[in-house]
Amino acid sequence: METTQVEKYDFDVVRWFSIMAVVYLVIGTLVGVIIAAQLAWPALNFDIAELTFGRLRPLHTNAVIFAFGGSVLMATAYYSVQRTCGVRLWSNKMAWFTFWGWNLIILGAVITLPLGITQGKEYAELAWPIDILIAVVWLAYSFNFFMTVANRKTSHIYVSNWFFMAMMVMITYLHVVNSLAIPVTMWHSFSVFSGVQDAMIQWWYGHNAVGFYLTAGFLGIMYYFVPKQANRPIFSYRLSVIHFWALTFGYVWLGAHHLQYTALPDWTGSLGAAVSLAMIIPSWGGAINGMMTLSGAWDKLRDDYVLRFLIMSLAFYAMSTFEGPVMSVKTVNALSHYTDWTVGHVHSGALGWVAMVAAGALYHMVMKLWSTEMWSAKLVNLHFWLATIGTVVYIVSMWVSGIMQGLMWRDYDEFGTLTYTFVESVAAMHPFYAMRAIGGLIFWAGGAIMLFNVVMTIRQANARRAVSTATANA
Amino acid sequence: MADQIHSTKLQDKIERSVMGMLFMLLILLSVGGLVEIVPLFYLDETMEHNQHPEIVWERGADQKNTPLGEIVATGGWSAGDGIRPYTALELAGREIYIREGCYACHSQMIRPFRDEFERYGHYSLASESMYDHTFQWGSKRTGPDLARVGGKYSDEWHRLHFRDARAVVPESVMPNYPWFDNTPANAGRIARSLRALKTVGVPYTEADIAAASGELQGKTEMDAMIAYLQVLGTMVRFEDKDYRN
Repeated sequence: METTQVEKYDFDVVRWFSIMAVVYLVIGTLVGVIIAAQLAWPALNFDIAELTFGRLRPLHTNAVIFAFGGSVLMATAYYSVQRTCGVRLWSNKMAWFTFWGWNLIILGAVITLPLGITQGKEYAELAWPIDILIAVVWLAYSFNFFMTVANRKTSHIYVSNWFFMAMMVMITYLHVVNSLAIPVTMWHSFSVFSGVQDAMIQWWYGHNAVGFYLTAGFLGIMYYFVPKQANRPIFSYRLSVIHFWALTFGYVWLGAHHLQYTALPDWTGSLGAAVSLAMIIPSWGGAINGMMTLSGAWDKLRDDYVLRFLIMSLAFYAMSTFEGPVMSVKTVNALSHYTDWTVGHVHSGALGWVAMVAAGALYHMVMKLWSTEMWSAKLVNLHFWLATIGTVVYIVSMWVSGIMQGLMWRDYDEFGTLTYTFVESVAAMHPFYAMRAIGGLIFWAGGAIMLFNVVMTIRQANARRAVSTATANA
Repeated sequence: MADQIHSTKLQDKIERSVMGMLFMLLILLSVGGLVEIVPLFYLDETMEHNQHPEIVWERGADQKNTPLGEIVATGGWSAGDGIRPYTALELAGREIYIREGCYACHSQMIRPFRDEFERYGHYSLASESMYDHTFQWGSKRTGPDLARVGGKYSDEWHRLHFRDARAVVPESVMPNYPWFDNTPANAGRIARSLRALKTVGVPYTEADIAAASGELQGKTEMDAMIAYLQVLGTMVRFEDKDYRN
């Protein structure tokens, strides 16, 4: 046996992205738990500017979307593109550049956001120099991916890669257009757009960050890891073709449904809502395609905990892609907009779908990349249950508080006057905010267990390799 | 497998070609955004002031060389006279509003519903945020809407509320902002902010920019923040007009 085994693929960068993804999962959700607790017990910011809700909330969203989500997307894309194309990365060096670049961006976010350096656009808060770095790293990631696909040994491009490619193109569009700003100083700038146009561009960005970064990208993950883990081919090729093109074309239109009944012209909001309703079909197409891949092999769920993550994520995906179109219906939106229901909806997607499918893919990769089983399968199962229960507690509390808020705000008494003052609705939220923080804490505990399990697995694998190398050399 | 592989010729071609896939994606992914965004820049109905130009304030001929802050302070513009750019002090307040992430919990966009009318006032117009780079419509009301908070509470109420929100509203979950009182407003940067906004189309004059820093001398972040909140939603007069059908 050789001391330095040459691998067929460039997997070191995948290993590091995988480890960082788990680390960021724990950090990002911890910040989420802290700000959730602050809404229930506002004294928890200790009157420190850097710890107030308004500054930590962008840190939470950026940490889970860009730090965790981004690391997962880079790890899985670099991993699956090599496996599905049968070639190494076009440039391993460029992949390492994206690793260091992306982590530098995250470091920048961790420093600037608590200091209040922000552009004031949701999910696009980061200052303009960081935005430029994001664009550079993202283009390097995309270019490397496209070139690797171009070098492939197979005749056709595998379906998971279509989704990754769609994400890369769309995120480039979104990030570049929505970040157009005029700099004032190094850390201050103004959006070049204003008012209603700025709002539409922001939500075109905001919804498609969800639609492409957190949906198309993670569907790419699903299309590679579900068939792999289940050891069965994808249920229907034709379904994947239809739902891919329908999703790519349709999702782009949805942003306007965030602005119904606002000063955005009615035609735009209604158009967004109409397409949103139609999107339930391609979304469920994807969910069905993933779940039915298991047909005839459902018994695997009994002892394959990783597969459990993947299938549960698809169940949450199906649920939140049903909920989303419902919430975009104008009459429902009139009630749900501005309430915690939106927050609950986002988290049923983010915790139930994105984080669960990511956890399944990460466990799968850790076992493959270090050629070992997990240190503890029981802890994987425990993580699964904590993640599921935490997500359910979270979204149920937000459903209740959101619908209650919406109903309290519009309630009239028998004299035709508003029944509740605004602050009465705030007070009524307290038990649900406490419950949400607990749900988040449960979910976080699952992530912390995952980190522990992954670290132990890697240590065990490295120790074993050291022993076998020593024996081989002896 | 539920079915067999039956590619159409086009699908088969695209699946074999990276450039084909890239090309298809570049086109398909741009349609929705183009259809929904581009018309907002040229359709007249988007902004109410195209039909009702009187809701936008224009500087009088005698005000051309007077800084905006002075015009407002001396009654050259008063509430209801129309939409105008923020004074240097108000803009400094707006920058603090964005820095503190107020938009995470407060919307500035009143919808055309009876309950919102009674709670917050007349629904918001698109033109009202025409000078807002970036917009602050928000997406969540953990706290109330602020689109028309201007004039609803006294300056003193805001001062006490920022220092200790629960001393004024016991059920509130808003953070306290005690540092507003002892942090001076950022006079060093404000002229550059006005200049940048002028570049992207906000009608500031050279006189406004020259006077901006001076207008912030001796002012605290608290003063700036209150000046901003007190002007919100007060620019357009609504009593006798309906600006949207």
